[in-house]
Amino acid sequence: MDYIDPHIHMVSRTTDDYATLARMGCVAMSEPAFWAGYDRGSVDGFRDYFRQLTETEPARAAQYGIQHYTWLCINAKEAENVELSREVIKMIPEFLQRPNVLGIGEIGLNKNTKNEATIFAEHVDLAVTHQELILIHTPHLEDKYQGTRMILDMLCDDSRVTPDRVLVDHVEEHTIKEVLDRGFWAGMTLYPVTKCTPQRAVDMIEMTGGERLMANSAGDWGPSKPTAVPDLIFEMRRRGLSESLIKKVVYDNPLEFFGKSKRFKFQPRQ
Amino acid sequence: MPAPQTADEIVADKFLEVRAKLLEIAATLDRVDRASADSSLSDEAAHRRDALQKGIEIIASEGSDRAARLQMLYSREYQPGWRETFGMKSS
Repeated sequence: MDYIDPHIHMVSRTTDDYATLARMGCVAMSEPAFWAGYDRGSVDGFRDYFRQLTETEPARAAQYGIQHYTWLCINAKEAENVELSREVIKMIPEFLQRPNVLGIGEIGLNKNTKNEATIFAEHVDLAVTHQELILIHTPHLEDKYQGTRMILDMLCDDSRVTPDRVLVDHVEEHTIKEVLDRGFWAGMTLYPVTKCTPQRAVDMIEMTGGERLMANSAGDWGPSKPTAVPDLIFEMRRRGLSESLIKKVVYDNPLEFFGKSKRFKFQPRQ
Repeated sequence: MPAPQTADEIVADKFLEVRAKLLEIAATLDRVDRASADSSLSDEAAHRRDALQKGIEIIASEGSDRAARLQMLYSREYQPGWRETFGMKSS
């Protein structure tokens, strides 16, 4: 089955992974900007990173017939440096018209601090000012519930934000309902230890019906599996769920959400 | 939306997998007890050991929302007044 991975960090993967993903049916992906494994020291470090996301990775993906899209921001972990964050936010519009940019992300909170919340709000302002989609990172483990609620508070208080144009990622059993009930899109990240297994993700699909819901692999520096979405497809089939529901979650929903960006020019496989 | 699998099928399908996970938990707690036989747990470790015990109690309880309740057990509390704490205004 053709599928789309809506959140995968290919800068941290080998070219072999692109080949494997293509063989597994991945036809498109979106790569949010994130932490590089170290704190970058200058705005030029981010400028180079955004070139990697908008030039290098689309070219690597295209070699295997995968359409690569991306999101731009300074991530929550580095947002503690408010001065650098503001320089990066000011620089982002240089890249917003590049053809594979879908919007601003993954913005959010990490340890739910004042500086993170300040920079999150400034990213949201950038997104709405430029009429861009937003992709949200929610914190991990014990910080997830509190951080998700804080993020939803900020989004819902801003009358300029349209929930239908925001994807809230890394939802789990205790956060998914509020995200969907408030009209946002939700993403489940299939990550071995700190997030969600394919089995639990399918439980959430069964409980919610799969409306405005996606699944992604994250595929980053940590212990993660870039082919986790095919694992989810396999688990859904194993449980006897319909092909139409599987396709909705792994293909139709990402297409519908990404399609809200004027730069999303996906070409389905013929 | 009900799952296509029946409850009987799920139990049959998952029995060995869940049994193995329960054994892993039991063996880990046994290991903790053996290691702490000669010295008591630190406050932090005792707090975490207690959190595991509370998690086990949730698993053993009735209801169809155990996973969500377990998640909440291991979550920091949401503070509705966080903006005032941070000195941030609502939009």
